[in-house]
Amino acid sequence: MKKPKKVLVLGSGSLKIGEAGEFDYSGSQALKCLREHGITTVLVNPNIATNQTSKGMADKIYFLPITTYFVEKVIKKEHPDSIMLAFGGQTALNCGVELHDKGILKKHNIEVLGTQVQVIKDTEDRHLFVKKLEEIDVKVAKSKAVSNIDEGIKVAKEIKFPVMARIAYALGGRGSGIANNEKELKELLAKGFSYSNQILIERFLGGWKEIEYEVVRDKYDNCITVCNMENFDPMGIHTGESIVVAPSQTLTNSEYHKLREIAIRVIRHLGIVGECNIQYAFDPHSEDYRVIEVNARLSRSSALASKATGYPLAFIAAKLALGYSLTEIDNSITKTTKACFEPALDYIVIKIPRWDLEKFRKVSFQIGSEMKSVGEVMAIGRKFEEVLQKALRMLGIGLHGLVCHTLKLDMDIDYELKNPTDKRVLAVAEAIKKNYSIEKIYSLSKIDKWFLYKIKNIIDTENEIKKYKITSIPKELLRLAKQQGFSDFQIARLLFGNKNYESNLLKVRQLRKEQDIVPYTKQIDTLAAEYPAKTNYLYLTYNGSRDDVIFDNKNAVIVLGSGAYRIGSSVEFDWCCVNSVFALKNLNYNTIMINYNPETVSTDYDICDRLYFEEMTFERVLDIYEKENPQGIIISMGGQIPNNLAMRLHNQQAKVLGTSPLNIDNAENRHKFSKLCDKLGIDQPQWAESSTIDSAKEFANRVKYPVLIRPSYVLSGAAMAVAFDDEDLNRYLKKAADVSKEHPVVITKFITGAKEIEIDAVSFNGEISIYAISEHVENAGVHSGDATMVLPPQFTYIETIRKIKEIAKKISSALSITGPFNMQFIAKSNEIKVIECNLRSSRSFPFASKVTKHNFIDIATKSMMGVNEDKKYNTLDLDYVGVKAPQFSFSRLHGADPVLGVEMASTGEVACLGNNIDEAFLKSLLAVGFKIPDKNILLSTGPIKSKAYLLESMKILKSMNFNLYATKGTFDFLKNNGIETKTLHWPSEKKEPSILTYLKEKKIDLVINIPKSFEDEELENDYLIRRRAVDFNIPLLTNPQNTKLFIESISKLKIEDLEIKEWEGYD
Amino acid sequence: MLLKKNAKLVLEDGSIFYGHSFASDISVSGEVVFSTGMVGYPESLTDPSYKGQILCLTYPLIGNYGIPSNDTDNHGLLKNFESDKIHIQGLVISDYSSDYSHWNAKKSLGEWLKEHNIPGIFDIDTRELTKKLREKGTMLGKIVINDEDVKLYDPNKIDLVKEVSINKPCKYTCKNNNADTKNIILIDCGAKYNIIRCFLKRNVNVIRVPYDYDFFNEKFDGILISNGPGNPKMCKKTIENIKKAIKQEIPVMGICLGNQLLALAAGADTYKLKYGHRSQNQPCLMQGTKRCFITTQNHGFAVKTNSLQEDWEPWFTNINDNTNEGIKHKTKPFMSVQFHPEAAAGPVDTEFLFDEFIEKLK
Repeated sequence: MKKPKKVLVLGSGSLKIGEAGEFDYSGSQALKCLREHGITTVLVNPNIATNQTSKGMADKIYFLPITTYFVEKVIKKEHPDSIMLAFGGQTALNCGVELHDKGILKKHNIEVLGTQVQVIKDTEDRHLFVKKLEEIDVKVAKSKAVSNIDEGIKVAKEIKFPVMARIAYALGGRGSGIANNEKELKELLAKGFSYSNQILIERFLGGWKEIEYEVVRDKYDNCITVCNMENFDPMGIHTGESIVVAPSQTLTNSEYHKLREIAIRVIRHLGIVGECNIQYAFDPHSEDYRVIEVNARLSRSSALASKATGYPLAFIAAKLALGYSLTEIDNSITKTTKACFEPALDYIVIKIPRWDLEKFRKVSFQIGSEMKSVGEVMAIGRKFEEVLQKALRMLGIGLHGLVCHTLKLDMDIDYELKNPTDKRVLAVAEAIKKNYSIEKIYSLSKIDKWFLYKIKNIIDTENEIKKYKITSIPKELLRLAKQQGFSDFQIARLLFGNKNYESNLLKVRQLRKEQDIVPYTKQIDTLAAEYPAKTNYLYLTYNGSRDDVIFDNKNAVIVLGSGAYRIGSSVEFDWCCVNSVFALKNLNYNTIMINYNPETVSTDYDICDRLYFEEMTFERVLDIYEKENPQGIIISMGGQIPNNLAMRLHNQQAKVLGTSPLNIDNAENRHKFSKLCDKLGIDQPQWAESSTIDSAKEFANRVKYPVLIRPSYVLSGAAMAVAFDDEDLNRYLKKAADVSKEHPVVITKFITGAKEIEIDAVSFNGEISIYAISEHVENAGVHSGDATMVLPPQFTYIETIRKIKEIAKKISSALSITGPFNMQFIAKSNEIKVIECNLRSSRSFPFASKVTKHNFIDIATKSMMGVNEDKKYNTLDLDYVGVKAPQFSFSRLHGADPVLGVEMASTGEVACLGNNIDEAFLKSLLAVGFKIPDKNILLSTGPIKSKAYLLESMKILKSMNFNLYATKGTFDFLKNNGIETKTLHWPSEKKEPSILTYLKEKKIDLVINIPKSFEDEELENDYLIRRRAVDFNIPLLTNPQNTKLFIESISKLKIEDLEIKEWEGYD
Repeated sequence: MLLKKNAKLVLEDGSIFYGHSFASDISVSGEVVFSTGMVGYPESLTDPSYKGQILCLTYPLIGNYGIPSNDTDNHGLLKNFESDKIHIQGLVISDYSSDYSHWNAKKSLGEWLKEHNIPGIFDIDTRELTKKLREKGTMLGKIVINDEDVKLYDPNKIDLVKEVSINKPCKYTCKNNNADTKNIILIDCGAKYNIIRCFLKRNVNVIRVPYDYDFFNEKFDGILISNGPGNPKMCKKTIENIKKAIKQEIPVMGICLGNQLLALAAGADTYKLKYGHRSQNQPCLMQGTKRCFITTQNHGFAVKTNSLQEDWEPWFTNINDNTNEGIKHKTKPFMSVQFHPEAAAGPVDTEFLFDEFIEKLK
């Protein structure tokens, strides 16, 4: 076995829908494995918030776009002898295949480790894939094109009815249909051929079960399946959009092993070395099956399978890529057995996707064959009812489980069951409550009846509990409810009704503890207790009678994780949690992590001393706290979810480390914070709390529009908005549904044309130890998570910086901050106003830490543990610039308007370093998929103010000899200012040459479309232009400041000018 | 929902696990063992090797896909089971699905157990029970329902094989039977049907004989010693027959108990494992290669590798605990495996061993 000396690993770049945190986990494991073998590693990944791009993870880290251009440059510089393509999702895989096809790998003598490129192609190219599988008589889901009725019927008979007929090249499946027999097909085809000359006939698999296997193979042909999974939602819904359980629940022995045997046969035939995933459609009425696809790389499913079984798939895959045999690798959970085995689970795992569709305008809520979810949660337990309710709570969308929520479900149940949205599982519960038979729900939804029976059990228990009071509820019923995953909150709501939640749930807690109804800690050990395991991977369940572990650690600290990734909270908080754990370890504390997101590095069992893969509800955190009796608990690393628990934990005498929860409340509570600012003489935009529309209007008129509206009571998905006049205000407040004394809205004066600046800092006993100031490229009004951030600031006045420091110092001291905090400001001609203050780590902590090369989380954790290093840090006077750019996933969200506003819409981010702002900015835009325009640019520069603002930039474009096209207004404006453009017609004009045709024919390389206003329902024309640009994958700029900087950058720099320099090289 | 009948599992060390009954309400005793397989309860419960045992399934959700029909194939074998009755003494699980869902299910697991007068209890912390069995070793125990106590019973003291073997020989003829078709003697020590099916589908006739039957007057080409329950050393007559067969150089293959019997016949020794192997994920390395197979296992006894005589060698080894998983003669066609190449339940990765054996038939 020839061991590689230097390996290039490709990451997956920014988080986007369909490619998220799971690749931070897989890449990190691969790097860990390579390091263990003393192999030098080079990582290309512009995602600065990831754990894999932390110091020490790879020998060289390049924050550069994952494109063949940049990767080849890195290759030329680093001369690696090998490359790993399987750990960075589709991005890395595609880049690898392209590097291979362009002959770059061969030219530089680079060996692909693990699965070879030809094998990857065999799985990616549908035609090759079908051919390969037919060689070994494995059935594949496939379609055949026919061009007349007779041919269609012949094909249908071959593949057997029912069949699906799809009209080729029809948008949105128009004209498609299902035929159960020859007669129906004839009708369908006759209709279809009237407007198309080609129809695709395929076996109709809707309603079939969807089953997956994770397969591992070494180069000695040992092949095992590590985990199988069953989708709760049958075929027709993307597995990323489905609720998934592991292991499969409704397969018999013969079915399970039939599919397992096929999986192994297929993977051997394809010749995969490492890890892969195979998906099947499986007939619910026979043992018939079809292979849907094989992913020859680590995937979202493999991350899930890894966490579900405790089998470190990515780590093992890396070992296998190095040429090891499965029999030579230890099972790192048991430490006594080998990696060549198939985990036996003695628990059930469920995954539920987390959507954020409410954040987007115009998006469809229907789920289907394409992914829209932005994150996922995983729950572990010993009953389906239990894991389902746990997972629904984990989603963080206002559910307390399957039942006892107050979400308003104005749905047509029959329609919803048939045409699922993100609320499908709730529709099932509603249907059962409305006495639908299981048979009927099945026939509408095709969800296997086994799942439906289990859901019914939950409803039955709910109904039973309702009959009692706290004084009369039978012990056995209370126990059953807990075993079925009911929270104390749910039970309290059923026993007491909708009031005094906190005290009532504590009464339930008290009662069940008196009755000895408590959860037990169980280990995940990969072998169902067959062998003793040294595992620290834990979950809690009421379906047990004893703890697997003892609680004798006197020196433990709990760190709460970040929960489900969602828009606004993702991998950056995982980075914070992981680094906090590392810091605690260095201080010789025993570390306990609580988190439930399978896509994270923090839930790798070797990160901390104990991992509780558990809910972060008040109840569960307290359960763990009481068992572990730690030194304290850190709630400031995982974002807002753990932060929200501060006061409640504090009230139960749990020791919250760092800033006092009372002071956290002083910062979180608007009234208290406002008072504090007044006292300290710190300016903030005028604001008011309104419980009626009239008082809101009165305020808005007094401070003058525009105003920012933020309902205090928000159901899954915020509804922040900017109102420009009374009419706007009326409309938004009506949309916010529930404005009342109990749920007032906060209205803030919205300041336009101001700069936005942030400070990330750490304090010790109120005194700031380290801080970093970043400025936004975009003016205030763009959500800070969607803004392009520059560190250190390049355009901010020194005086502004000084003032910001002063304010931060005052706040830090007034709130006696110990630990991380973040403040956001708006600055207009050196007048500074505070707009946000969070006494926790923020989204930009990894960015600040990695650009300044001082680990803010390490310093923060030390502070919280009472260690003050009293060092001076330089974070302002750097010889280079870091720019963080947002990644949007609009192309995945059909119909969504790709425009920036006060609601965050980006799903991820990158950051690149450069010798000046232009270089760093350009690199980071290229890293989120932007392309430097070739020759044709479409201009629509918005209201007169932005037209004027961008005039200089337009002149630059003209001087660079771009072909400029413009909409009518922009054309006129530019003409009057001496810039010639060609005009294209608006979509609504239906005249050629039209903008839409130009976009469709890819005659445009860049679209600059500045919206007319922030929040108003956009003119259909503008919306169509932006949407089409996204649909046709044409770079789009919608913000004036961003546009200006982009044009300046490309006027100064060509792609060849961007320096290929590793992270350490910037100092 | 709240009218669950109380039941308990009492172990010989005095520990008690409280649960509820979901099957026949009779108290029983036996040897308590656990299996970690996640699928295949209809197959496992009808596996004669479980004779005399109270079985704890570590996978917590059981009964999900119900119990299939009693249909038979054209050889008269039940299609969906491994023998014609349930052999376990009782079943211990965590979560029971009374509502099942599967296209071929005819009844629930509870109904089926009741038909066979077998008790089943649920709501047990099966993980805790498993850990206890792992630490203290297999124990005797009893399922007590309605406080009707029963005495502990040690199945290892009786001849279990006798109880599960057939009384008189019977022959299964394969579909394409002709003059060249091979015949094998299946020594039924509690054979699973799938062993018979594995030969029939490879066009080999099976003469199934009682465990102590003198089969040397039959016309046959090879011998398969089946799986079965209990201590191999109790099958004295069977061992004698195997010795005779070896002497005559008749091709022999053994499965599970058959591995131990062949070893004993070849002069090696066997011993009782602390808690046995009962699972579908045991990795077995083929001696002298890097090929490892995932196998189904169900055994409480094992062959002492270092007791093998000079002409014999280990064939497979368990890479988890290094126990023997198969032996073979260095030159002659005698071979056996501790695992189940016929699977059912479990992975089918080693079914090819039947092909290898059939090739050796003269």
